[in-house]
Amino acid sequence: MRRYVPKDDVQKKSYYTDRYWVAPQVPKEKVSSDKVFAEDLKAIKAKFKVLDAYIQVEQMVVYIQPEDNVGVLALMKNVLDYTQLSELSAVDFLSQRGEFDIFYQMLSMSKRKRIRVKCAIKEGEAIESVEKLFRSADWSEREMYDMFGIKVNNHPFFKRILMPDDWEGHPLLKTYPLHGDEFAAWYEVDKIFGKEARDIIGPEIRDDAAVDRYDTKRFARLGHEVPYGAEIPEGEPAVATEYQEDDGVFLIERFEKNSSTVITDRDR
Amino acid sequence: MQVKNRLRPFFENINFDRKDNELILNFGPQHPSAHGQLRLMLHLQQEQVVKAHPDIGYLHRGMEKMAENMIYNEFMPTTDRMDYIASSSNNYGFALAVEKLIGLEVPRRAKVIRMMLLEINRLISHLFWLATTALDIGAMTVFLYAFREREYLMDLVEDYCGARLTHSAIRIGGVPLDIPDTFIPDLKKFLDKLPQNIKDYEDLLDTNRIWQMRMEEVGVIPTEMALSWGCTGPMLRASGVAWDIRKEEPYELYDEVDFDIPVSDKCDNYARYKLYMMEMRESAKILYQVMDMYADTSTELMAHAPQYISAPKLDIMTQNYSLMQHFVLVTQGMRPPVGEVYVATESPKGELGYYINSQGGPYPYRLKVRAPSFWHTGVLTDLLPGHYIPDVVAIIGTTNIVFGEVDR
Repeated sequence: MRRYVPKDDVQKKSYYTDRYWVAPQVPKEKVSSDKVFAEDLKAIKAKFKVLDAYIQVEQMVVYIQPEDNVGVLALMKNVLDYTQLSELSAVDFLSQRGEFDIFYQMLSMSKRKRIRVKCAIKEGEAIESVEKLFRSADWSEREMYDMFGIKVNNHPFFKRILMPDDWEGHPLLKTYPLHGDEFAAWYEVDKIFGKEARDIIGPEIRDDAAVDRYDTKRFARLGHEVPYGAEIPEGEPAVATEYQEDDGVFLIERFEKNSSTVITDRDR
Repeated sequence: MQVKNRLRPFFENINFDRKDNELILNFGPQHPSAHGQLRLMLHLQQEQVVKAHPDIGYLHRGMEKMAENMIYNEFMPTTDRMDYIASSSNNYGFALAVEKLIGLEVPRRAKVIRMMLLEINRLISHLFWLATTALDIGAMTVFLYAFREREYLMDLVEDYCGARLTHSAIRIGGVPLDIPDTFIPDLKKFLDKLPQNIKDYEDLLDTNRIWQMRMEEVGVIPTEMALSWGCTGPMLRASGVAWDIRKEEPYELYDEVDFDIPVSDKCDNYARYKLYMMEMRESAKILYQVMDMYADTSTELMAHAPQYISAPKLDIMTQNYSLMQHFVLVTQGMRPPVGEVYVATESPKGELGYYINSQGGPYPYRLKVRAPSFWHTGVLTDLLPGHYIPDVVAIIGTTNIVFGEVDR
C-alpha cells in the first residue's frame, strides 16, 4: 500500500512526535503594558474594528478586517507616523481554516516601534492594494500573488514577479510539492523543444539528490569510468579500478591493488 | 532538434518599432554591470530613459519553500546563499530571529565573536561594493586595491571557520568555535592599515573628474521616495534619514560600543559612495572596541537550553542524557514555541528581516525573508526615468544589490 499523504499539505512533516507533546506558546503581553502601542491601538480602534491585539516579542500585532486594510495603513502612515512598510506577505492556513493570513509589517522611525497588521481572507477572495500609500507594496503584492495566488485589486502592474509569466501553480502554497509538480518537470522541455520531444528528453530531474547510476549521459559513472552514452545493463556489479596515467606519474609508483595486502590485524 | 521560434522571450508582444520614436532596450540579464541576474526593460527617448521595468527572478531558488521543509539548523547554510557577499550577516539574522522566538540569551563571548564577524562582513561587503562599482564606472585601480584588502579579511574569516564566501559561521544559540589565537593580532594589523587604505581609495576617487561626473547629482532618491519604497541601510541614510538598526534597536553589544551613523542629505550616488567609505571607518572603530571586550569574557560559546540547543561536545561525549538530547535535536530538530516573530538586523545592504511563523513543529510553518536588495531593485522603477543610459550603470552600482538576496 502506498503511504498516505494528506493532499492539502504536502510539506515535510516530523516523523515522530511524542503523544504527550504540548507545544509551548511564545508569550503574549497585553497592549496596555506599552504606552506607545496602547495609544496607537486606541487611535486605530476609534475608526476601525480590531479583532484582536497583543504584543509578542516586542512588537504589537493587530488583527483587522481585510476590507479595512487601506484605511488602517493610511491612518498609521498619516496620523500615527508609521512611515515604512517593511514587509508584506501571506501565510497559508488553507488546510486548517480555509484562509490566508496577510501581514503588513510597519515601522515607525520616530517612535522606534514596529507593528504587524494582520488580516485573514478566504481562498479566492481578493484584497485591496496598498500601493498608493507605500510604493514598496508594488513588488511585495506581486510577490504575494506569485507565491500564493492571492489577487490584489487596483494594483498598477499586476503580474508575476519571480516565477515566469506562463508558470502554473503558486509555489508557496502548502499543496505545492517542494520539488515542483508535473508542470514544472516538463516546463523547459515543452518550452524549448516542444511537447513532441518529451519522449526523447524525458522530464527534468528536479530532485537534486537523485543519481541514476545507469544514466551515463547525465551522470559520471559511480564506481568506474565509462564512455559518454555507453549502454550499461542493469544490475552490473561495480568494478573498482584505480585511475592512473599510462606512462605513470613522476615519483609515484603504480598502485597494484591485487598484489598488495590489506592489514586487518592491528597486532601483526 | 531545437525549434528556434519556440524560444521566444516575454515582452514579445512589445512593438520595438514605434511611431513615437521610443526605443526599448533590453538590459541584462547577462550584463557585466547588472550585478547578477537583473533584467531591465528600458524605454528610451534618444539616450534618455522614460520608463524602466526591472525584471527579476532569474536566480529564484525558492528558499522560503526550502525553509518550510528543513529543520531550523538545516536552514542555516542556505541563508549563506542569499547575500553571498556578506554571508555571516544572513546567518546572524536568522539565528537572532530563532533565538527571539525561543527566548534565548547568548553568552557574552559568542556575542563578541558575532560582532567581530558582522563587522568584518560589513567591511568585506563594502570593499566589494567599492571595487565592483568603481570597475563599472571604469576605475580599474580601485578594484585591484579594494580586492586586495578584501582578501585579507576573507583570510581572517577562513582562519575562523574555514570558509571564505559561504561562512555558516553562526549557530542558533551562539557560535560554533572560539577564535584562533592569531585572529585578534591579525585583525589589529589589518585595521591599523585600513584608514590609510580608505584614504588611498578616496584620493583616487573623491576629486576624480570622471567619478564626480558619474556620481554627483545622479540617481537622486528623495527622502519621500526612499521611505515609500522601503529603502534601508545606506540607501536611506544617503537620503537624509538617520536610521540604523544597530543604533535605534540595538542587538548584541551594539549599545555598548561607541560609533556614529553617517548621514547625508544629498540623496545622490556620490552621497552613497561617501557613506560607504565612512561606514568602513565606523566598522573599524567598532572592531577595535570589540577586540578589547574579548579578553574579559568567559569561555562559553553556546547558550544553555537543553531543549533547543545541543550540549557542549564534552557533555555529549561523557553524559548519556546530553547524548540522547543531541540525537533528538539532530534527527528531529528543535521545536520552537507556537508564535511568530519578525526580527530586523542591519546587514551591510540594509534592513535584513526574518519573519518566522512557528506552529510548534520542527519545521518553520512560514519563513519570510525581508531582503533589502529586493526593494532597492524595485526603486529603480521610479528612479531611472529621466536618467541617461550610462547613469543606469552607475545607479545600479550604488544601489548595491545582490541577486541571491533579491530572488532568494
